[in-house]
Amino acid sequence: MTTPSGPGTPPQNSVDTPAETPSGTALHHHPSPPVPTTGVERRGMFGVQGSGDTSGYGLLVTEPYTPAPAERPYGGPGGTGGARDERSAGSDGYGQFDEVADALLAAMHERSIPPLALLQTTVANGEITFYIHRDFLTVMLWAVRDDPSMRFELASSISGVDYGEGVPRRLHVVYELTSMTYRRRIRLEVAVDVDDAHVPSAVAVYPTADWHEREIWDMFGIEFSGHPGLTRILMPDDWLGHPQRKDYPLGGIPVEYKGAEIAAPDQRRSYS
Amino acid sequence: MTDNTGGAGFSTRFAEDFLPPDEQDTASMRRARSTDTTEGRMFTVTGGDWEDLLADNDFEHDERIIINMGPQHPSTHGVLRLILELEGETVVQARSVIGYLHTGIEKSCEYRTWTQGVTFVTRADYLSPAFNEAAYCMAVEKLLGIEVPARAQVIRVLLMELTRITSHLVAIATGGMELGALTGMTAGFREREEGLHLMEFLTGLRMNMAYIRPGGVTQDLPEGSIDRITGFIKIMEQRLPEYDRLLTGQPIWKARMVGVGLLPLEGCMQLGVTGPILRSAGLPWDLRKTMPYCGYETYDFEVPTLPEGDCYARFLLRLAEMHESLKIMKQCNERLREPGPVMVGDPKIGWPAQLSIGSDGMGNSLEYIRKIMGQSMESLIHHFKLVTEGFHVPPGQAYVGIENPRGELGCHVVSAGGTRPWRVHLRDPGFVNLQAMPAMAEGSMIADVVAAVASIDPVMGGVDR
Repeated sequence: MTTPSGPGTPPQNSVDTPAETPSGTALHHHPSPPVPTTGVERRGMFGVQGSGDTSGYGLLVTEPYTPAPAERPYGGPGGTGGARDERSAGSDGYGQFDEVADALLAAMHERSIPPLALLQTTVANGEITFYIHRDFLTVMLWAVRDDPSMRFELASSISGVDYGEGVPRRLHVVYELTSMTYRRRIRLEVAVDVDDAHVPSAVAVYPTADWHEREIWDMFGIEFSGHPGLTRILMPDDWLGHPQRKDYPLGGIPVEYKGAEIAAPDQRRSYS
Repeated sequence: MTDNTGGAGFSTRFAEDFLPPDEQDTASMRRARSTDTTEGRMFTVTGGDWEDLLADNDFEHDERIIINMGPQHPSTHGVLRLILELEGETVVQARSVIGYLHTGIEKSCEYRTWTQGVTFVTRADYLSPAFNEAAYCMAVEKLLGIEVPARAQVIRVLLMELTRITSHLVAIATGGMELGALTGMTAGFREREEGLHLMEFLTGLRMNMAYIRPGGVTQDLPEGSIDRITGFIKIMEQRLPEYDRLLTGQPIWKARMVGVGLLPLEGCMQLGVTGPILRSAGLPWDLRKTMPYCGYETYDFEVPTLPEGDCYARFLLRLAEMHESLKIMKQCNERLREPGPVMVGDPKIGWPAQLSIGSDGMGNSLEYIRKIMGQSMESLIHHFKLVTEGFHVPPGQAYVGIENPRGELGCHVVSAGGTRPWRVHLRDPGFVNLQAMPAMAEGSMIADVVAAVASIDPVMGGVDR
């Protein structure tokens, strides 16, 4: 509801990743980083602060996670059976993900989509993710849907993620696309700032995106420009705020159980 | 402020009191009136803008009306609200309104450990809990990079197929009830009861079992499971043909469903429809075959498909799929003869439950208590850490799609590296498929809308989450 006004959220024109990030993820010197950090920095180990802890655990700092760009070969399942892991990748490490990435680059070239549209490619957990520049999302969706070598006919799932206050471009829209022809899945991801939460609608490409986008608008407050009727879908029409934002409280009341008071779920100690 | 010690001494002065007298009436009809009572302020809401709506329409000479059906209507398959624009008895426009069963499951998951998340997601689509649990756990396991033991996979497949049968039975039963085939309902619920009894025997609970956990399943199946499963299969093999005798050839049943709720393949593809509806339009797309998981590629079963794309085809497919599920259950039963672990060996992930029946019910077994309390400090620490704190999941995201009775059930989980999910999203097939309701129903009769919604078989718990 409110925009984060913490120290870490000036308009992001500079590379936001802290200089001490040792991961060497080769951030290009774009005006803005290709893929913002996702997740939060965590301190300590037991979710306790100011307890006079002398163990030293309280000084632990866990860096926020940034998806690393993948390097060729991307690998991925080799056969058409959709086996899950790299066990079936070709002997040279060249697999399905490379095929998809090659096809995507070729289609971008063919449709004169600038290379800038594809911000980063990440391969993790046996899945490939393409981070897309928002302005090119629609043309990219048309490309992956219609290109004969990709044919991602089914938008399986579109969901929003809020990476929380203090994270630059914290609102993400995640498109899980399935190719029924080639039996593969890919993921496209778009990140936007909370002050400028606009993403072009995918309804023209995938009519099934209609309700998904309404849900994301409802829950995260991301506006899908070009959507035929962007109204709330799960919450009542006159609801204020977007419940799945991280700064929206869970709510709940403390409960008394056998004489002891048990705090509301969002007030309980968190261990991470 | 008025003096409210007198209780009823309230004053009602509204802006419209200052309007000209002829406008006062209409304006005050719309006004919500408030009165201060001892319990606080109370509002009396009347009218709304219905007056305007009525004024706009010449209803005496127009056949076109808008009716609201649901959310508490017995024929809308749950708390689904339909807004139908009718011309005579023909539906010109249909829209569905959902959200009446929104319970914030996805948000609640973010405030519990990864293991506790199972307890939430199992309640989303409450007619197919095993699928919600399996999809969520598979996504978490993908992030953890762990492989589930073979026996746990078999148990998961067994439970999922059992759930598919019970869910399809409810689809046929409630669908039958909505169309007036009450015997279909009593029969469907009778057989479902058999399935739920078996589920209770296997997992301890009839529904919302939270039995599948990240890393495997909670505990091994109880002794005598194989016989019980065999008994269930035997009963079902006797009873399923009764549905053919009761419904399949029945003229009224066919008259209500053949050619009704049509959705051809193009429509299905555009609207992202999966499951029996897609297969009723002729595309044999079943994730168990096309993108196998849990070892489905090693089971022998068919994916029934029909070309008609109507409600009757969907009914026939559900019936046929139950037979296929029984086939898979039989094969599971054979594989269950081989013992093995049901939870990953990693003591930092595997839930430390070694349950047994004691004099006061089920609980941690005495040997286990003896071990953690008397013999092994390490085990106690592990137990304590896992139960209170949970395990850490490496940061990243994963998506898993599985074939639930209604179509592709997807689970997208995001981890920030902590002991709680950063985000859990369920792509419920009911949610997506319900978008096809207008395409199926517009241009038909109201009675056909009921048949169309029943053939989509949305479960509002999953649709609204």
